[in-house]
Parts: sequence; C-alpha cells; structure tokens
Amino acid sequence: MAHSVPAGQKWWSGGKSPFNVEYGKLMMWYFLMSDAFTFGAFLISYGSIRFATNGWPDPNEVFRAFPLMGETHLPLVFVSLMTFILIMSSVTMVLAVAAGHQNDRKKVTFYMILTIIGGFMFLGCQAWEWTHLHSEGAWWGKNPFVNADGSAATTNFTNFFFTITGFHGFHVFSGVIINIIMLIKNLRGDFDKRGHYLMIEKAGLYWHFVDLVWVFVFTCFYLL
Amino acid sequence: MENIQTAGSQHHEPEFNTKPIWRTFWILLGITLVELVLATIHLKTGFPPKFVLNGVYLILTCAKAFYIIAEFMHLRHELKNLIMTVAIPATLFIWFIISFLYEGNSYKELRNRYDRHHLEMSKEKAPAAEGEHEGHEPAAKKPGAAE
Repeated sequence: MAHSVPAGQKWWSGGKSPFNVEYGKLMMWYFLMSDAFTFGAFLISYGSIRFATNGWPDPNEVFRAFPLMGETHLPLVFVSLMTFILIMSSVTMVLAVAAGHQNDRKKVTFYMILTIIGGFMFLGCQAWEWTHLHSEGAWWGKNPFVNADGSAATTNFTNFFFTITGFHGFHVFSGVIINIIMLIKNLRGDFDKRGHYLMIEKAGLYWHFVDLVWVFVFTCFYLL
Repeated sequence: MENIQTAGSQHHEPEFNTKPIWRTFWILLGITLVELVLATIHLKTGFPPKFVLNGVYLILTCAKAFYIIAEFMHLRHELKNLIMTVAIPATLFIWFIISFLYEGNSYKELRNRYDRHHLEMSKEKAPAAEGEHEGHEPAAKKPGAAE
C-alpha cells in the first residue's frame, strides 16, 4: 500500500483514510502507546533509583537458579529460556494473523492454540521464579540479597523486581485470556461470518507488545 | 490510493507472507544468544568492561524492539502517517531516560557529599545472617511490606 501513494498526497482534506487502518486497530495502537509510557515510567523510575543508590545486588548472583537443578550456578539461562518461549509464541501469533489474512480458519485455530500454550508456559516459568525467590526470603519489602560489594542492600531491588515483573506477568495473563476469547470466537466461526480476521490482528498487536516489554524487562533486570 | 476503504476489505494486503516472520525470529533469537554469550564471557573473564557491555546491551535491545515493532507488529508496512503517530511520541523516551538517570546520579552524589553518615553506612558490610530463611520473623518486617 505504502508504495502506491503518490507524492504530495493531501491526507487531511477529507475523503481519504489518513492511516488506512480500521478504527479499532488504530485505537489498539494508541492504547499500546499509553501502556508503553506506563511501563516506561516503571522502568525509568527503577533506573533512576538505581542511579541514586550506592550499591546494588549483582543480578547474576540473584537470578542463577534453574528448575530441578538444585543449588547450581546458572546465571541468565532460565530467563533466556523464558525469552525464547515468549518470542516463539510471538511467532505463532504472527502466523495466526497471516493465516487470518488468508481466511484460513483451521490454521488460525492451530496457531492460536500454540500461542496460548506459549503464554501458559511463560506464566509457569514466572510462577516458578517467584516461588523460588520467595523461598529465598525475597518479597516486597524484604531483600535477602546483599550488594555486589558485600554491603547491605535496600529493599528497592526486590520491590522494583516484583512490581515490574508482576505488572508484566499480569499483562501476559490478560493477553492469554484475550487469546482464549479469540480462539473461542474463531471456533464458533464469528470471524468467518464477519468476513475478516481483524480481531485476531488486534489481539496479536497486544501480544507482541507484551513480548516487546519483556525485551526491556530482560535487559533492565537481568543484563544491566 | 483508494478512497476510504479500510475495515473488512481483506483483499488489499496480499503481501503478508510468512518468510520475513521466520527471518525476524532468527534475528531475535540470534541477538538474545549474543547477549547471553557476551554476559557469560564477561562473568568468566571480566573482559568487556561492564560499562562497554551495557552500551552493547542497550543497542541490541533497541534492535530487538525495532524488529518486533516493524515486523511482528507490522508497523513497517503501514502508511507513513501511522508510523509517525507512533514513532514521534516515543522519542520522548530519549529525554525521559537521560534526564531521570542524570537526576538519580546527581542525587546520589549530593547525598554522598553532604551526608557522610549515609556514605559510611552504605560501605558497611551486611550482617552475616543474610540470605537465611528468617523472612517471617517480625524483626525482618519493614513498614510497607506486603502480606
């Protein structure tokens, strides 16, 4: 579409759709913008506090565990697995959207089921990680980890970690619920009746946004 | 460009093929693996200094974000008007990040300079009992703690 636009096109004098997307999809983009600013505010306040604090725990010491491996030292391995799961479920979501463009109901069902499974796997990983950290004594207002230089740490570390990953996990959870609703609507044939699969596309935008936020959470908490 | 004709016209987007999706997937996976390898090398040898590594991480993160937004969210294939209505407000983040991190750092330095007690306290080693399972004792409870 974009390539067929003549130069000097007057978009705003009426008669044309300046964005050429459906209303709901545009509003989904604007909702995601506002949500991005919410997450941005969380992550920037985390960064600000971290810059304002003398010491900070070493993430490679805190996040080093892996399920069923006992007392091992495997920094970053488990979160990388979580990242992989989320990227993978993002891929199946795009494939569902692509199948929707071809009005292929069976394929949409197949890829939506895969996406939902990926979402549940991610939530399971996060539940395990939270349980593990909680068993080590970490929670809101409680920080058992010391700073990298051995000095006592503030509870800001755990407060921000649980708040931000919790808020993200809540987004993943609501994304899974939205995807399940889309799957049910697809199984009932609602989109075939409507003649288009734009709802899948909008749910997809939300799902990719969740993946996008995780990329930043991953960097801010586990890498930096 | 046709006149207003957006929703429900499923015929005008034939270019949604699956090849760039998988290419994007491999790029994202590759970037994540590069980050993982760099972090592991840093842990083992300490070679790339941490501040260099942080810059690399930020660039790689922005690259991942670009690929997710452009390909998965399909923004690259939308009209320029839509791209700009998303991209221009997002540039506010550049200012947010720079100014808030600068403020945080400035607060730390002023506090360390004028509140020597705070600086001494933050250098003190933590008591040896840390990391043990005594989280449920009332002594460990702080104001504002959940539960």
